[in-house]
Amino acid sequence: MIHLKNIHKSFGNAEVLTGVDMQIDEGQTMVILGKSGSGKSVLLKLILRLMSADAGTIIIDDEDTTTFTEEQMVPVRKKMGMLFQSAALFDSINVQENVAYMLREHTGMSNREIEDRVEEVLSFVQLSGVQEKMPSDLSGGMKKRVALARALAFKPRYLLYDEPTTGLDPLTAKTINELIRNTQEAHDVTSIVVTHDLISAFYVGDRFALIRDGVVSFSGTPDEFKASTDPFIVEYLACGREYN
Amino acid sequence: MRKIEVRHGGILEKGAIHTYELFRLTIDSVRYMFTRPSYFDTILEQMYQIGVRSLSIVLLTCFFTGMVLALQTGYQIARFGAKVYIGVVVALSMVRELGPVLTALVVAGRVGAGIAAELGSMQVTEQIDAMRAMATNPVKKLVTTRLIALLIMLPILTIIGDIVGIVGGMLISLYSLGLDFSFYKSTTIQALALQDIFTGLAKPVVFAFIIALVGCHLGLSTTGGTEGVGKSTTMSVVTSSILIFLFDFLLVKIFFLMFETG
Ligand SMILES: Nc1ncnc2c1ncn2[C@@H]1O[C@H](COP(=O)(O)OP(=O)(O)OP(=O)(O)O)[C@@H](O)[C@H]1O
Ligand SMILES: [Mg+2]
Repeated sequence: MIHLKNIHKSFGNAEVLTGVDMQIDEGQTMVILGKSGSGKSVLLKLILRLMSADAGTIIIDDEDTTTFTEEQMVPVRKKMGMLFQSAALFDSINVQENVAYMLREHTGMSNREIEDRVEEVLSFVQLSGVQEKMPSDLSGGMKKRVALARALAFKPRYLLYDEPTTGLDPLTAKTINELIRNTQEAHDVTSIVVTHDLISAFYVGDRFALIRDGVVSFSGTPDEFKASTDPFIVEYLACGREYN
Repeated sequence: MRKIEVRHGGILEKGAIHTYELFRLTIDSVRYMFTRPSYFDTILEQMYQIGVRSLSIVLLTCFFTGMVLALQTGYQIARFGAKVYIGVVVALSMVRELGPVLTALVVAGRVGAGIAAELGSMQVTEQIDAMRAMATNPVKKLVTTRLIALLIMLPILTIIGDIVGIVGGMLISLYSLGLDFSFYKSTTIQALALQDIFTGLAKPVVFAFIIALVGCHLGLSTTGGTEGVGKSTTMSVVTSSILIFLFDFLLVKIFFLMFETG
């Protein structure tokens, strides 16, 4: 369970988050929506403590991690997989080593076992056989999927996806949506999915949260979201529908 | 790795923050030398990179410096009939001063800048964040490994530079100033006392800290995208060079206190 209470974060004079409250229950997939620049990526980074909140409390599995040091965060981070919006692959090592990163760092697995695991997660994202390629030789969508494989490799209990389907064709996006759903169901993973892709949101989400003006302005089930009469949400959905 | 955010501080404030962070980074990276994992492969790889990047330029710089040193002092002291001391002058200047300082400056320009650029681009492309998100410590994985590699390689490069400089000076003395080889050899060896070897090797150890930590710190604190990477790279060369001169001066002071009056 992840519980965020009254999270504040600003950069210089720009107040990005001004009191976010959110709870993600065990095994649930929370979809976070919001306009570009509303602070969705910042929120994910705050959960992993890649940056620290100005105020507020973050509770992960009954532990208040708000004041944790880097060292104390290690076991918390080992439970979590993060797909960065920018993929953030290590560009000095190949795909194989990128995906194997946490396995090499934190397990005593043999080369053979690691290769098998890498092959397995790459096949989840439909990218078998690119192990030897360098990240700079991949397309944008391929980078995203390698990064997703890297996030899955260590079998995290929490998965934070930052725009998993952005930049993918509809067919590949569908595979990724199914993967997110399957991962959650098969391994009882708790997930947060930041997305602008409404098809994806409705496919994977158990609950929706909309970030607007620095706070969660809507929180509820997908059906409640659809039924909302809030003019912003109505327009948000209408714009999404125009394309579909 | 907790960062203090520089909001609208003046140059003094920024300087103080950089100094503090550099100091913290020094302590942390040294502390992590003694914890697992050791990242042995990464250290070897870094040692190789440092050697490959800087060996030829160190050889070139020190060889020519040795030759110039012999020429300049040769013509000057020949007037006093003290030509026989050229070997002594070249050897002492190279081992005590020019070898360590020139090697360090060259390595700061090649390796230090490379470290700042590499870590800087990792920072702005979120690779450092990714590393932290995957529960590894970037200071241990990136900074400590580079520090160890430089601590090993810079003294080795310095010794090579010293030797090449002395050889350069010797060639000029033999062929241009007409000195005798065995005489040159014996005066050179007599001139070098144990303390010169010691001071000559203490310097590269200190300079290795400067190059590694300044490069890493400026790389890791890069902001502002690709342009920021360029700034960090230049800053790292400037800052390390100034610190190398400053610490060279301080070390010479300390050595004199230790050896001359002791
Ligand atoms: N490291 C940082 N330093 C300064 N400002 C930042 C930093 N990271 C994010 N911001 C600012 O915080 C705000 C929110 O950024 P964030 O990346 O969370 O947006 P987002 O909701 O993920 O947008 P998008 O949907 O476009 O990805 C932006 O105004 C951005 O400029
Ligand atoms: Mg974002």
